[in-house]
Amino acid sequence: MTITPPQQRAAPATATRLVDLFQYGLDAPICLTWELTYACNLACAHCLSSSGRRDPRELSTAECKAVIDELEALQVFYVNIGGGEPTVRSDFWELVDYATAHHVGVKFSTNGVRITPQVARRLAANDYVDVQISLDGATAEVNDALRGPGSYEMAMRAMRNLADAGMRNFKLSVVCTRHNIPQIDAFKQIADTYGAQLRLTRLRPSGRGADVWDELHPTPDQQRQLYEWLLAHGEEVLTGDSFFHLSAYGQALPGLNLCGAGRVVCLIDPVGDVYACPFAIHEEFLAGNVRQPGGFAKVWRESPLFARLRKPQHGGACASCSCYDACKGGCMAAKFFTGLPLDGPDPECVHGHGEKLLARRPGDRSGIPRPSVDHSRRGPVPVKLTRRRPDRPPVSACDENPLAGLRLP
Amino acid sequence: MDNLRTTDGAAEEQTALTEEAAVESLIEEVSIDGMCGVY
Amino acid sequence: MPAIDLDRAWDLHPQVSVRPEPFGALLYHFGTRKLSFLKDRRLLAVLQALAQAPTARAACTAAGVDAGDLPAYRAALGALADSSMLVERTP
Repeated sequence: MTITPPQQRAAPATATRLVDLFQYGLDAPICLTWELTYACNLACAHCLSSSGRRDPRELSTAECKAVIDELEALQVFYVNIGGGEPTVRSDFWELVDYATAHHVGVKFSTNGVRITPQVARRLAANDYVDVQISLDGATAEVNDALRGPGSYEMAMRAMRNLADAGMRNFKLSVVCTRHNIPQIDAFKQIADTYGAQLRLTRLRPSGRGADVWDELHPTPDQQRQLYEWLLAHGEEVLTGDSFFHLSAYGQALPGLNLCGAGRVVCLIDPVGDVYACPFAIHEEFLAGNVRQPGGFAKVWRESPLFARLRKPQHGGACASCSCYDACKGGCMAAKFFTGLPLDGPDPECVHGHGEKLLARRPGDRSGIPRPSVDHSRRGPVPVKLTRRRPDRPPVSACDENPLAGLRLP
Repeated sequence: MDNLRTTDGAAEEQTALTEEAAVESLIEEVSIDGMCGVY
Repeated sequence: MPAIDLDRAWDLHPQVSVRPEPFGALLYHFGTRKLSFLKDRRLLAVLQALAQAPTARAACTAAGVDAGDLPAYRAALGALADSSMLVERTP
């Protein structure tokens, strides 16, 4: 009986990290977000796409199907269909069915406005469609302050209908804020009650989010609390990999842990513009338009913006930080829309490096980028869900009223 | 557990570790929700 | 260590989409919604050979996997079987 001395043992093969694989680029996104419309029945204070009013240049049903055909050919595995509120499009179901019939899985994000019992039964019967209900407060008080009066009840009703219809594991997606982080356990209970999977995501200063980010983003203590909670809940709770900047605390959360913009994901917006990511709706991150010759595939493969994003990133100001390899400098969109340099720390850098830079910004917010795209509604929003709308004749796709043609049950 | 291991025991454990690392170099599972930039 | 029986016939689950990539491949199961990254072109070749092969072992040979690497490939195939990406062929 002899003991094998350590130096004679073979070193294990070094596994290639996934992040290293993407420097070669991908022929197609793995998944992507597709905002079908800028129309929305709500006017959430933090809306990342500044939605509200339909854009008259929206892709037609035929154009949408052409996009789906492309996604099928590219073998994009699934799309997250959002908006605005995607279900207000009169061709919504036609497009969802077309996608699933063409080997593109669908998850759609909704505030619940059209999730009636009948719709819920239809969803429960289709294995290739997943639903994500948005909720930003575990109580009406916290939620409606951000999403508008009645929006909490609307989401709860939708979840009740989905649960009653036997839909399992639909998603309950929350944007984490200063006001709802104390409610994390309550969110988990709500998700469990309805047989849903909880998804916690990061508040970004994107779209209208730029206006409320300063007062709504988590405090450093809350960020730490959130991180510990996510670690404790493992793969049970989804995050859309939106907290990869927190891996600088130590153990990484589940996910690819990298910025997917232009590399594994992107956004197609309601008028066919292709952006690097849904949190980066700004000319700076506009790669092209699906209406151009060559369509979406050509934009994905040949856009100079995407080629730049696919180059290996170097740390810049973060290069000397021991955590850079874990956090990769954080979220590009978060830096951009808080006016921070892209080659420096994330505004919520766990070591506080971002906070220091934020404090040095001019008080008048000069130099902080704003997109030229803004579909927000002007004037107050009367959100009275119990009001029945009068019957309307068929309207054209050019109607800017986001509720054109919508009948509430 | 003994501090001392037989050559066979050490070799077995080493084989398992090498195999695990080898499998990790071949295949990795990630949640479809594990990609940042999808809301 | 997950592992499959190399001397049986295996197939990709019909709900699995295989997307070759420069580094290997992406596998997505539309039923389970699981995503796997294949970081090795030879493993992709094994998967592509499975349908025509009488056994997984034969598929590995056809793909050029040598004997020394076989345990690792067997374990990788086992991981795929555990995720329902691979199913035993029914005669």
